[in-house]
Amino acid sequence: MTQYMLSVFDDERPEDLPADVLEKIYADVDALNNEIREAGAWVFAGGLHPADTATVVREKNGETVVTDGPYAETKEQVGGFWVIEAPDLDAALAWANKATVACQGPIEVRPFQDEPEA
Amino acid sequence: MAALESAAIDRTFREESGRAIATLIRHFGDIDLAEEAVQDAFLVATEKWPETGLPPNPGGWIVTTARNRAIDKLRRESSREERHAHAVELQAQSEPDPVEGPVSDDRLRLIFTCCHPALDTSSAVALTLRLVGGLQTPEIARAFLVPEPTMAQRLVRAKRKIKAANIPYRVPADADLPDRLGSVLTVVYLIYNEGYSASSGDALLRTDLALEALRLARLLADLMPDEPEAIGLLALLLLSESRRPARTASDGSIVLLTDQDRNRWDRTLIDEGQTLVKACLRRNRPGPFQIQAAIAAVHSDAADANGTDWGQILQLYDMLMVHAPTPVVALNRAVAVAEVDGETDALSLLDDMHLDGYHLYHATRAELLRRMGEVDAADDAYCEALALVSNEVERRFLQERRRVNSAR
Repeated sequence: MTQYMLSVFDDERPEDLPADVLEKIYADVDALNNEIREAGAWVFAGGLHPADTATVVREKNGETVVTDGPYAETKEQVGGFWVIEAPDLDAALAWANKATVACQGPIEVRPFQDEPEA
Repeated sequence: MAALESAAIDRTFREESGRAIATLIRHFGDIDLAEEAVQDAFLVATEKWPETGLPPNPGGWIVTTARNRAIDKLRRESSREERHAHAVELQAQSEPDPVEGPVSDDRLRLIFTCCHPALDTSSAVALTLRLVGGLQTPEIARAFLVPEPTMAQRLVRAKRKIKAANIPYRVPADADLPDRLGSVLTVVYLIYNEGYSASSGDALLRTDLALEALRLARLLADLMPDEPEAIGLLALLLLSESRRPARTASDGSIVLLTDQDRNRWDRTLIDEGQTLVKACLRRNRPGPFQIQAAIAAVHSDAADANGTDWGQILQLYDMLMVHAPTPVVALNRAVAVAEVDGETDALSLLDDMHLDGYHLYHATRAELLRRMGEVDAADDAYCEALALVSNEVERRFLQERRRVNSAR
């Protein structure tokens, strides 16, 4: 079993989407979440508040620097993510396929490194 | 005598290493381990075989030797892994090699893994040539005109992704097979094209690449006889390869299909290709490679260029546009339209295309305009083509065509 992060990318701010589109997305994602749970693939998931609610913390010359806004100043930001467990990439991609349809946006699938041995 | 043995050893390894690597990946679940072990076995062979001669079953010898090397390596790893290594060894020794048949052939698993959609095309091509074809990294780098460290890095990165993302080592399920097979066939076709293109590079290497692609296409057709597209690809490559002796003049310049001496075409390859095309037609499950093969077969049927059944070719292009509606297919279809309906109709088709960055688009326009006697417009088009062409042999060809046009 491998764990994968499925990141949802928005290139539009959710508040800019029409209400009926947003509603459909929420409903479809909800249904998908249930499917993932029932399949036993669920590890964790959540939607994030928009990128402008983020704060970046850095260390510079021994001092902590705090900045308002997301790390990457790009149009595309992570809107949410799933962490799932799947036997192989094909299985993870099958979930990602459902996710991209539900979210109406691209999904990045990235494998987790194995947990370091205790 | 020693030199002859060396070539025989190289050839044997090229032929057998794909199957050996594929088998070892199944045993050990690790591509790097399998690759290294087979490479080690190769070194042993270069030492021992000159004395002992080729073993009666070279493939079996390679797998056994490589497997032992792999087990030794696993044993040598840190003591924490010891129990794992012993367990793997026990499993490897007790598991009999499955009866070799199309469905269980490990090479099929390996090809599908190398061509997995999660790997980009250049990675898939490199990996297929290295693991299935048994080509060495420097050879692959030279074939694609890329520095060796770049190619080495490409291979390392691809193998790392397979491991990290856990790309499974299997033939896709029936439902996924048509799509996945498409990627595999495309990779083999790209390898052939690389070998097909006339180039100022190493001509011998280019031929090697084309033959490697042909070998892979044969392997796929043998392993998947129920997949008509796999048969179609083999037919297409056979028919394309049949024209090689006529495609270049003695000075290395390009000879167009319409000007080729058809007596120099390889009849054996044509016969085999046409037989396969007929078999595909009977199955009536058309697809892009089968249709392209059928087009090639129509050309092969004609004793000379004037005898070409362009009407049938146009019908086949119409069909191809349904299965693979790409700009390049549209361009090639326009060439057929020119033969059937005349240059004017073809030119108006070209006017609606958006292929300004493609040198063959301009070259096609130039040829059509030239045939219509539009000398100046043709010259402009040749210039546009020349501005975009990157291949030296093609450049010389276009310059010559431009010269002929201006000489009117």
